Amino acid sequence: MAFSLDTNCGLLNHNIIGPIYCTSTIFPPDILITQFWFNYRHVANTLSVYRSVKRLGIPDSHIVLMLADDMACNYRNPKPATVFSHKNMEFNVYGDDVEVDYRGYEVTVENFLTPRSKRLLSDDRSNILIYLTGQTGNSHGGNGFLKFQDSEEISNMELADAFEQMWQKRRYNELLFIIDTCQGASMYERFYSPNLMALASSQVGEDSLSHQPDLAIGVHLMDKYTFYLLEFLEEVHPASQANMNDLVSVCAHRVSVSPGHHTDLFQRNPGSVLITDFFGSVRKVEITKDTINLTSSVKSGSGDMQIESLTYVDQLPVAEIIHQKPKQKDWHPPDGFILGLWTLILLVFFQTYGIKHLKHIF
Amino acid sequence: MLFSVIATITQIHRGILLCDGTKDSESFTAAARDQFQEELVIRPLHSGDIYASFQFRTLWDTDFLQERQKVSHYRLFPKSLGQVLSKFSVRELHISFTQGFWRTMQWGQPFIPSPPGAELWVWFHDTVSDVDGNWKELTNVLSGIFCASLNFIDLTNTVQPSASFKPLGLGNATDHRFLRYATLPREIVCTENLTPWKKLLPCGSKAGLSVLLKSEKLFHSSFHSQAVHIRPVCQDEQCTSKAWELRQTLNVVFDLYTSGQGKKEWSLFKMFSRTLTEACPLATSSKVYVDITDNPELSPATPLLSQAVVLGDRRTYSVFDLTRAEMFGQLRSLNLLLRWKGDSDMLRPLLHAERYVAGFGLQTGEIHTVIYNNHPYRAFPVLLMDSVPWYLQLYIHTLTVTSKSRDNKPSYIHYQPAKDRHRPHLLEMLIQLPPHSMTEVTVQFERALLKWTEYTPDPNHGFYVGSSVVSALVPSMVAMNTNFTQDQPLFSSFVPVKEESSYFVRVYTEPLLVNLPTPDFSMPYNVICLTCTVVAVGYGSFYNLLTRTFQVDEPSLPLAKRLANLIRRIRGVPLLA
Repeated sequence: MAFSLDTNCGLLNHNIIGPIYCTSTIFPPDILITQFWFNYRHVANTLSVYRSVKRLGIPDSHIVLMLADDMACNYRNPKPATVFSHKNMEFNVYGDDVEVDYRGYEVTVENFLTPRSKRLLSDDRSNILIYLTGQTGNSHGGNGFLKFQDSEEISNMELADAFEQMWQKRRYNELLFIIDTCQGASMYERFYSPNLMALASSQVGEDSLSHQPDLAIGVHLMDKYTFYLLEFLEEVHPASQANMNDLVSVCAHRVSVSPGHHTDLFQRNPGSVLITDFFGSVRKVEITKDTINLTSSVKSGSGDMQIESLTYVDQLPVAEIIHQKPKQKDWHPPDGFILGLWTLILLVFFQTYGIKHLKHIF
Repeated sequence: MLFSVIATITQIHRGILLCDGTKDSESFTAAARDQFQEELVIRPLHSGDIYASFQFRTLWDTDFLQERQKVSHYRLFPKSLGQVLSKFSVRELHISFTQGFWRTMQWGQPFIPSPPGAELWVWFHDTVSDVDGNWKELTNVLSGIFCASLNFIDLTNTVQPSASFKPLGLGNATDHRFLRYATLPREIVCTENLTPWKKLLPCGSKAGLSVLLKSEKLFHSSFHSQAVHIRPVCQDEQCTSKAWELRQTLNVVFDLYTSGQGKKEWSLFKMFSRTLTEACPLATSSKVYVDITDNPELSPATPLLSQAVVLGDRRTYSVFDLTRAEMFGQLRSLNLLLRWKGDSDMLRPLLHAERYVAGFGLQTGEIHTVIYNNHPYRAFPVLLMDSVPWYLQLYIHTLTVTSKSRDNKPSYIHYQPAKDRHRPHLLEMLIQLPPHSMTEVTVQFERALLKWTEYTPDPNHGFYVGSSVVSALVPSMVAMNTNFTQDQPLFSSFVPVKEESSYFVRVYTEPLLVNLPTPDFSMPYNVICLTCTVVAVGYGSFYNLLTRTFQVDEPSLPLAKRLANLIRRIRGVPLLA
């Protein structure tokens, strides 16, 4: 997993004829921010979206996946190293090649808004997809904020400001924001940057519903909105011409609550935006007929051979340990207390005996 | 156009054929100075479980730390690790990720011990001027490579042991200022850590022994540990020059009841849900060793046997050499079947350690470390290293070491007290264990109250204290092999053997889980409201009682009488009541 990927991939493999140019423009972070076993469905949601996005061509180096709790290797999971999104345990969304960038306690508001490491190096030609799932502050009567790990929260204003900062620094071309929580629409109410499109699973005052429980695992496996979203994405392939209006409409009539969407800030007509602009990645391949000569590797001389034979270190040298000299500490100048004490002593001395004794020193 | 395309393909294809080390082209075999070996050891355990240990070793004659020649051509050695070694001037690197705890009393000693969670210890080269800065950057880079939360390693959980963890590779100077050790007992190991580990192998997970590494079976086990060990070793028997060795080890113990359905009958397919189909083409040797010392039934039988002395015990192994095509038979797959019965006595491990927390309440407690010496007549010294986080404030004046209910004074004690929020406690002691005895080390501690921002999001789970490390040279019943040979099996050549009569072993104890006094984080708003109400009612009433004065107030007259009063005032006549 390399996070220092630039948008041009160079020569990957000597076997292929000609260099390959990648125009990697899609950067989707997938974020899940709740802990505890009963939030299994949030992990399944996030991993399903991650799977679809990888299937449509986006490499791991362009995806930031944040999972706040470990469900796959949790001791309560009856089948370790698996996360299922359908009941009867048909399809394992955890798979064999998942790369989680932020996990456990690393999922914090700070790492989401301003990551110090493992960040996306997006530029002004990148399209970004952000998928958030978790819990908003519904049980506490508020809306407009999203809980991180039950101990901190991000408000819709902070999110809007973060996107505006990204816009000012030219870090994205277009951004699609999908949120699957209760009262999800409250999170995108305050967006004001251009070229943003937002989809939410429920309106303000409505709850988002979960889809199907599994009796073996004991909890719900997925949320309704994400379930229908994924059903739609399964039919999308890298060359598909499906556009945003299809996406918005497929989720509208099948669920019992009404999902919301916010396209006012988007400059293009949603009907002309392809799904693969956000969910997939297209690479252009150029073929050349020139031959490539492989040069032999640089052979260094035999170098200076060490004449004496090297030895391994004794693992438990008892005699040496017992007679170990105490480590020489580095000399530090005397700190405040000692200096103060000496100053006091000198002052008292010169006070009692008078200033004329100073000539003995200077 | 078609001819030129075909000509291009054949030219490149020929170039790749010549790169294979087995051809005679002189210029190319001289350039291939790295070799790769893979090995799997299967050992049936007395409790009915089965222990499988994979070791993948890449040996490379080069010097990362040489100034004049920068290494840029990587073949079998992974480039990500090579760049890490040269950038941070690392002399030795040992990192392990473990899920589960190794039960020494039931399973014996492991080939490569590791503590639960993540453990990282690194020896830096003595040319490094800022070891702490290099350590911090190294942990961040490794956390990206292995998809783990190693960036939580900082100065509050790093120690510099003064006598434990001597380098396992070549070298003479051992100044412990260049050693750093840290553990994260809470670290979870899952598929996302196995995937980058598998990507470091030359054959990936496509050929050779690594096809068996499927996460659904590996994590459904009692114990799973994957590690990477990098160190400089002798290139040949004369040991005149150094080579870099990268060992990737994976130890897994499958449980009799959860994976084995209760029968002491195991096969490769039952363990890994895969069979072997071929050896890794880039490997010079690819072998499977099955431990048949206790005479289990093994099929397919093989005439090749080998004896090795490992961990003080001489054991017999059946060897399957996967580079020979006849191993795979007509179906082109190799599935080993192993069946054993009987409850014969296991050789009791000579050294064993346990640790637990005693006491009650959330203020004080006591840590007890118990070390068992099961040798019937020999005493030997052990080095106990304890690294306790700063929020458990140890009272070292209460440290007692007792063996056979008598005081046992350690011959060497190194104690570095903790500094709040800066560094943890480090206690190292060299204790002589009397034969056939139990030694108990106890120390009392007090739990600190953390600042409210320092609590994790789930503080009621508790806080982890890393495992203690007991290092010892255990006297061996069987003479150990001190000669270094090229074709020695990998599992017996991990720790360098200096003398015949003892072998080095490292035992890790359990990590501890302690509860710290936790404030109630739920609904602080309600608490504030309640407190304010109580204060307002209590103090408010008291204030009113003290400062309120009463004044008599005249009742107001009806309108008619007020008008009459007005006229009377004008007339100058006395007013009505």
